[in-house]
This record gives sequence, structure tokens and C-alpha cells, in this order.
Amino acid sequence: MSETLAIKNKDHFLAHFRNLDFSFDVDFSKTKREEAEKWVKKLDFPTSKTEYWKYTRVNKLIKGDYRMDFPEGEIDIDLSVPSKNCIVLVNGYFSKELSWFSAEKGVNFSSLSDAKENSSIIQKKFATLSKDQDEIFAAVNTAYHQDGAFLHLEKNAVASEPLYIIHISDSESALSNPRNLIIMEEGSEAKVVLKTISTQKGTSFTNMLTEVFVDRNANLEINKVQEEGEQDYQIACEQVEQKKDSHFKINTFTLNGALVRNNLNIDLLGEHTETWLNGLYLLQGKQHVDNHTHVFHREPNCVSHELYKGIMDDQSTGVFNGKVFVHREAQKTNAYQSNANMVLTDDATINSKPELEIYADDVQCSHGSTTGQLDEEALFYLRSRGMSEKSARAVLLNAFAADVVEHIGVESVKEEIEAFIDSHYQGIK
Amino acid sequence: MIKIENLHASIEGTEILRGINLEIKAGEVHAIMGPNGSGKSTLASVLAGRDEYEVTEGSVNFLGEDLLELEPEDRARAGVFLAFQYPVEIPGVSNINFLKTAINEIREKRGQDPLSAKDFLQQVKEKSALVELDGKLKNRSVNEGFSGGEKKRNEIFQMAMLEPKFSILDETDSGLDIDALRVVADGVNKLKTKDNATLVITHYQRLLDYIVPDFVHVLYKGRIVKTGDKNLALELEEKGYDWIKDDAGVTA
Ligand SMILES: Nc1ncnc2c1ncn2[C@@H]1O[C@H](COP(=O)(O)OP(=O)(O)OP(=O)(O)O)[C@@H](O)[C@H]1O
Ligand SMILES: [Mg+2]
Repeated sequence: MSETLAIKNKDHFLAHFRNLDFSFDVDFSKTKREEAEKWVKKLDFPTSKTEYWKYTRVNKLIKGDYRMDFPEGEIDIDLSVPSKNCIVLVNGYFSKELSWFSAEKGVNFSSLSDAKENSSIIQKKFATLSKDQDEIFAAVNTAYHQDGAFLHLEKNAVASEPLYIIHISDSESALSNPRNLIIMEEGSEAKVVLKTISTQKGTSFTNMLTEVFVDRNANLEINKVQEEGEQDYQIACEQVEQKKDSHFKINTFTLNGALVRNNLNIDLLGEHTETWLNGLYLLQGKQHVDNHTHVFHREPNCVSHELYKGIMDDQSTGVFNGKVFVHREAQKTNAYQSNANMVLTDDATINSKPELEIYADDVQCSHGSTTGQLDEEALFYLRSRGMSEKSARAVLLNAFAADVVEHIGVESVKEEIEAFIDSHYQGIK
Repeated sequence: MIKIENLHASIEGTEILRGINLEIKAGEVHAIMGPNGSGKSTLASVLAGRDEYEVTEGSVNFLGEDLLELEPEDRARAGVFLAFQYPVEIPGVSNINFLKTAINEIREKRGQDPLSAKDFLQQVKEKSALVELDGKLKNRSVNEGFSGGEKKRNEIFQMAMLEPKFSILDETDSGLDIDALRVVADGVNKLKTKDNATLVITHYQRLLDYIVPDFVHVLYKGRIVKTGDKNLALELEEKGYDWIKDDAGVTA
């Protein structure tokens, strides 16, 4: 792409934000917005020459014509969330009508804008992890985010039920910049379900950013379910910081979307932390999903496990790039990384690149990547026992996905994913 | 029950079956013997519906239906069962759950209600006792980490559960020790009725002491070159195949 065209595209995209008015925002947040806006002006959108974005073209995201208004009228949706706590965001804005809470000791769950007014801890944490200076999409989110969810667990507080954050793209060509902040204080525990869905058939673009602080001995599980429409674009970034003895798990399920890019960055700042990153992407049509994960081992005696699996059908394309960086100080690191893919057609492709960068000498690290097809012999075996081809395929694909699904600590989400796989692959020939 | 006429099949351009004729009636047990590579498993696979093999000539009539036109699952539903020579391991798929799904799909096709969980488990209990299948194995993934003998028992267990009309046992005896052989053979005999038929593929006369065949056929280079009664198996055990190769006058 020529330079002038790139500038034209950037201008076109940024024009969407020109008339936004953030004068209502609190001062510290306004300052963050202004700083971020400077980075937005300075940074370019990634091209094929940008190593970090090598396999994912963002041109069509940038060139789109979007709208950024809060949707009028009722939203016709049954969320069927089995929890007492659910924050619903619509086109990036907080929807008071669709959200519900029940108070629990030490668990503060609200919209980000409410928290900006009422919480003091947010000032110290907000926009301190997001890499606005390096990533234009992060900077765009900080500068122009509408609203988002805020979760704060006080010291030793335990959330008794999973906390749901649901983002709905409700208008055709909605451009949303939802911004979430999760703060787990020392010894606290919670499970979060972070879901993105869509109630429209057009092309929307969701650029979501979530900052996560997991303090000493705290324990957090995030189940991220990406289920927007088949025309929708999404870039989601989780920026995570873990302190000593903490446990953090994130399971990413990409079930739909035209183009989905996940940036997952985890910084291990204390000893004896444990981290699990699991992912499952089920692609069809011309879908494109790109999972980029970075785990930075900075201190000794930490463990990280990574398991990503993909099933690629039709002409879909998948990208996996998982980087584990082990600092010189991080002796006795255990880091495992694996990416397995099942490619169902000749036209589907996967670019898989697990990477280890190790500067300590006393570590145990491994990584691996496999790509295969559906086992024809197994398929025949099941059919020879009377199972239809459809259900035999569904059974085999469910088995392939099973070790990722097992990681889900929220029973209803687990059932939902299993049911999705079953019905999804029963429908295919 | 099944009538195979002039069956020719090839894989990747090589003809493996070169005109098989065989009729098996209800209540009969047939044995097929023959040197390695003669096409025994190929015949079994073609009958079960494996699509790697291309049938170039001939026909197979199964209970009045053109078997070759049916999908593998429809053959199973019509009552064909193959106990594989090399049962495949399927990690992550529960041995018992998959059978339940299969049985209920078969029942649905036949217009029957699904088996209740209780009835199903009762059957599992009875049928696994028949081949003395270790209780633990039923709940593991299909054949995963099973020993050679355990895999063979599992095949016969599945056969017992599915109650086929026509069963093909492809070298079910290989890999079984003497005691296991007797157990498995007893199981097969108990499943025998005047309404079903069995085709036993084996290299060893020993098995035929337990599962007594009405006919023994020798398959050589894709053709049945000799047919006799159970004494033919004894003769083969003693003399090997050379005399038959000479008799058959088949050249490579
Ligand atoms: N996929 C294949 N591609 C090419 N040749 C094949 C293939 N499968 C089987 N064959 C060939 O077909 C022939 C018959 O094989 P088959 O497995 O039917 O023999 P068999 O009689 O069962 O032998 P055994 O007693 O060793 O089990 C062999 O020569 C074998 O190499
Ligand atoms: Mg064989």
C-alpha cells in the first residue's frame, strides 16, 4: 500500500471519533485519553511489514464506515445468564436496563464509568498496562473508549458466582471500544465470563481492551467466548499482570466472526505464579482468527501452560503465535506450549508459530505444533458401528477439543461450548 | 443371507480382489484362510463399506439389498458387523458413550425408542461378562492403550451389543492367549443362532476347534481357490499353502 493511501485510510478511520465528546469524563481519565490520542496520531496501522501483524490484514477494518451511537429502543435478546451478576454493554456503552447485580462483600462490580466516579483504586491502575505507545488499537481504545466493566475484588474476597461481562454489537456497522478493568487484590478469588455477541447481520467492529491485575495469592479465571456475527470484526486485547503466588487462567473460545484477533500479554512479576492459557477456535467459511500470546517470565519458579487448538473448515485461515520469554533471572521456570490444528479441507490454512526465547539456564520449557486431518480410520470405525457420518464427525471433533474444554471452570459455559460443537458439526456434511 | 458374485476390487489401481464368489446362508459359519496379502482383510473392508477400495465388478446381495450401494453406517444398521484385524484407537471418545450413540441411532432408524440408561447399562453388564471384558476398559477411550487381546475382546463385546445378522471376524484370534481364545470363541458361539451367520478369517486351525465352520475357503491372490469342510483347515495346518498354489495354477 502506498504511503498516501495509508494516510488516507487512517484519516478515514479516525474521522469516526472526531465529534465524540468526552467532557463528561473524570479528570484522570481525560488525561489518559489525551496522552493516548497523541499516540494514535503518531502510530501507524499495521501492514504486512509489521512482524506482529504479519498474517492479519487490517485494511478492511480501517476502511469501514461505522457509527458510534448508543442504540435506541429495546434489544431483543435472551441472555439466559445463570448468575446474579451480569454487566451488559451495547455498542461499547453500558446498558443499565440489561445489567443486574447483587451485592456481595468485597466484590465491586460496576460499569467503568461508575467506577471512575466512585472508586479510588481505579486512578492508580487505569491505563497503566495497556501498551498505547506501541499498539495503535490499544491507544484508540484508551483515547476513545465509551464504557466498559469494572471488577474489583478486595483483599481475600471471594466471588461466589461467576461474573458475566457481555458485549453486544447491536447496530449494523457499530464501532465499539469497550474497556474493562479487573483488579484482584491479595488472596481474592473470582471467575469471569467475558462474552461478545451480536444481534445484527451487518459488519461491526469491536476493539476491546481489558486490563487485569492479579495481586499476591489471588486466583482469577476468565472464560472468553467470542460469538459475534459472521461478518463482524473484533480485536481483543488482555493485558495481564501477575504478582507472587497468584494463579491466572484464561480460556479463549472463538466460535464466530469474520476476522478476530486476540492479543494476550501476561507479565509474571513475582515468584511461584501459575498461568494457564487455553484456546479453541472453530472456523468456517472465510473466517480468519489470529491468536497472539506473550508470556513474560521475569521471576524464578513460575509455571505457565499453554494449549491452543483449532478446527479449520472451508477456506478459513488461522494464525497462532505464542511467545514465551524467559528472563535471565527466571530460573526454574516451567513453560509448556502446544498448538494443535485440525484442517478439514485443502483450502483451509494455519500459520502456527510457537516461540521460546530463553535467557536463563535452569529451566524446563517445551513447545510443539501439530497440524492434521480428521482421522479417516477412526471415522470409518465409528460409522461401521452404525453411527451416521455427521455424528461420527461431531464425536471426533468434540474429542479433539475436549482437553481445552475441560479447562472451563464454569459449568454452564462448559455445557454451552460442548453443545455448540455438537450442533455446529452435526450441521456440516 | 449374503451372496457375493464375481467381486473385483482395487486400490490405487492395483486389483486385489479378482472375482470372489461366495454365498453364506443363515445359521452358517464360514472360515476364510489364506496366505498373507491374499486379500482377506480387503474383502472384509469392502463388505463393511470402506471407500478407499474401488469395486470394479461384481455384486453383493445382502438380505435382498444391494450392499455395495449402502453407506457404512447403513450396512451396520442392516446388520453387518466387522470385527477389525487392527481396531483403531480413538483418544477422547468414550468406549461406552459411542456405543450408546451408535445403538440409539440404529434403533431410531428402525423406528424403535432409544434404550433407557438402565437397560443400556444392563446390556453392557451382560455382554461384557460374555467376553470377560475388564470393567475398567468399558469407560476408557475407544481402544486407547488397550493390549492386543483387550482390543479383540472389545470388538466381540461390541458385536454382542449390536446383535448383527452377519459378522465378519478378521483374525480375532491373533494376539489372544489360549485362555482368552477360548473365552472369545465361547462368546461368539453363544451369540450364534439359526438366524445369523459368521465369516471367520484366520490363519490358525486352532480357532476352528472352538468355532466350528461349516465351510472353509482358501483365498489366494484375490480368488477363492479351494473350498472344503473343517478338515480342509487341518490339512492346511499340516501341509501349508504350497500344494494349493500349485493346484490353483495361479501365476503372479
Ligand atoms: N492402501 C493400500 N495401498 C496399496 N496396497 C494395499 C493397500 N491396502 C492393502 N493393500 C495390498 O492388498 C493386498 C491384500 O491385503 P489384505 O490386507 O487384504 O491381505 P490379508 O489377506 O488380509 O493379509 P494378512 O493375512 O496379512 O492379514 C496386499 O498385497 C496389500 O499390500
Ligand atoms: Mg488381513
